[in-house]
Amino acid sequence: MLYREALNRAIDETMAADGTVVVLGEDVGLYGGSYRVTEGLVAKYGEERLIDTPIAELSIVGNAVGMAMAGLRPVAEIMTANFSLLAFDQIINHMAKYRYMSAGKIALPMVVRFPQGVSRQLAAQHSESYEQMLSAVPGLIVLAAGDVNYAYHALKYAIMSDDPVVFIEHELLYNKKGEVDFDADIDPFKARIVKEGSDITIVSYLKMVDDVMEAVPQVEKELGKTCEVVDLCSLNPVDYKTLEASLKKTGRIVVVEEDHKTGGYGAQITSWAAEEMFYSLDAPPIRIAGEDVPIPYNRTLELAAIPTPEKIAKRIAEWGKTNGL
Amino acid sequence: MNKLLAEEIYYNMVLGRTFELAAKEHYMAGDISGFLHLDIGQEGFSVAAMKAFEKGDVFTTYREHVMAIARGMDPRAVMAELFGKAGGISRGRGGSMHLFDPSHFFYGGDAIVGGQIPNAVGCAYARKFQGSEDGVMVIFGDGASNGGAFFESLNIASAQKLPLLFVCENNGYAIGTKITRVAPFEKQAKKAEPYMMTKEVDGMDAVAVYEAVREAQELIQAGHGPVFLEAMTCRYEGHSMSDPGTYRSKEEMGICKSKDAIERMESYLKTMYGLTDTQLQGVQRRAQATVDDAAAFAAAAAEPELSELFEDVFCKERVNASF
Repeated sequence: MLYREALNRAIDETMAADGTVVVLGEDVGLYGGSYRVTEGLVAKYGEERLIDTPIAELSIVGNAVGMAMAGLRPVAEIMTANFSLLAFDQIINHMAKYRYMSAGKIALPMVVRFPQGVSRQLAAQHSESYEQMLSAVPGLIVLAAGDVNYAYHALKYAIMSDDPVVFIEHELLYNKKGEVDFDADIDPFKARIVKEGSDITIVSYLKMVDDVMEAVPQVEKELGKTCEVVDLCSLNPVDYKTLEASLKKTGRIVVVEEDHKTGGYGAQITSWAAEEMFYSLDAPPIRIAGEDVPIPYNRTLELAAIPTPEKIAKRIAEWGKTNGL
Repeated sequence: MNKLLAEEIYYNMVLGRTFELAAKEHYMAGDISGFLHLDIGQEGFSVAAMKAFEKGDVFTTYREHVMAIARGMDPRAVMAELFGKAGGISRGRGGSMHLFDPSHFFYGGDAIVGGQIPNAVGCAYARKFQGSEDGVMVIFGDGASNGGAFFESLNIASAQKLPLLFVCENNGYAIGTKITRVAPFEKQAKKAEPYMMTKEVDGMDAVAVYEAVREAQELIQAGHGPVFLEAMTCRYEGHSMSDPGTYRSKEEMGICKSKDAIERMESYLKTMYGLTDTQLQGVQRRAQATVDDAAAFAAAAAEPELSELFEDVFCKERVNASF
């Protein structure tokens, strides 16, 4: 099953099970979604539940907040992360705050689906990542689907949860293939051990998990050591327990993120390691991240702006060698 | 308007003003902090709009104490919220600008100018979807009618034919900026004309506001789609307690206060139903007693426990996705 099909199935099943689930966004209905995630759903559930909105992001999220206040379970789709900036007032001031400010009287059972990241030559206004800003907002659950099975289970959870969830997807993952275990009991807040190892913990999320997995054979060959690869899955709250167990075993941590390095999300993980796990560390924690530049259009420059499997492998091997591996 | 309703509206207007004057006093005394936006001068609009839109959902701004009480929220719980106490309607976590009570279909209390309008649009969509006919009323100021959220909402509500009553409470000032300095006209209903039926009402006349809101809601209940109502009002105080209001002349304020909604309601009750000054004073004493009781309650109420800091960030029990 493809990643986008897993997402579609999650929405389909929740819509079938619960008549209060509605989907809204640009081209989500008759068109089927710009990444075909909502394909076929309008035929099943009608235009009242697959709501084609104008190109007005503030309203897409703002309306979803009002729908959730009135007892629906809206799933709002932002076409691409950069456009969400027009909706950030609603995401931060409304979606994240109403429960707290009303002392729990108002619940917002809603999801904002959030495709993001560097795709292929879409240039600076269609290539960004905003997990660093979203995770800094108390009151929002931030999930990041880097895997097909997780995408299916976590989106189902997000739609049925009574908390507001930002559900981050990576634009290059929509056609990724994977197995879905429909009967599995997946905890959406638990980090996923993608590969076990004993010498280096590599923490990542979204598409970078795949890039890390591509880099790992080279790293292991050069260093003669094994890597443990962790997909964070939930960016807020963070599953520090899984990270702690892995780090106690390996003593070394690398965080890989696609986003610009300065102010990037990965800094939260390395600062946690430095503050809380200092005496378990055998090497300084490092981050491998994108450059501090807007994403350029030219393919060569675009690839130079973000981590690639080759760059990840090279950096980890160098760091390993200078730190006793 | 029948006598019972007129008396009820008058009582709530007097209660509102008495409440606001007490809030002002307690702010000066340091019992209330933060931003405090008083509704003095605009009580006629606030009360009549709430009473007229009794069925249906209401979204409004940060200048909402009088509306909240008219909607049925306990004055004790409102005052205690202003004091930041655990007995407050939002347990002291919201304050003056964030009063919420879904049991009275009252959704705040939004302190982002215009931010509540898209929420009301979503709520109206939901109510239509759920088959409810009562509709939603969203109240905002003239200042909000210059923002993107407002224009997006006019468009969507109109395109979807939503059961939504837009009410622009036009007091002529966006904080300290006269509306005509930042908008091309004095009356903001003009902006809504291409999208929906618009009406204007004298916001200093509670009876007229009541009738205009009732009429608008009846149109909405009949499936007419969205309606826009503009109420021209006058705010006697500054934008908030931190605004001395020096941008308005004595002459302007004099004209403004000559239209006082409470005095107007008093003469209505006298002329229409023969109420005497003694009877009106009785109403005022009842309002004063209610406010004194609310203030005493707020002063004596407990501070929130420190553990409450972490409550209601997320829901207590997360829904299990497996079904």
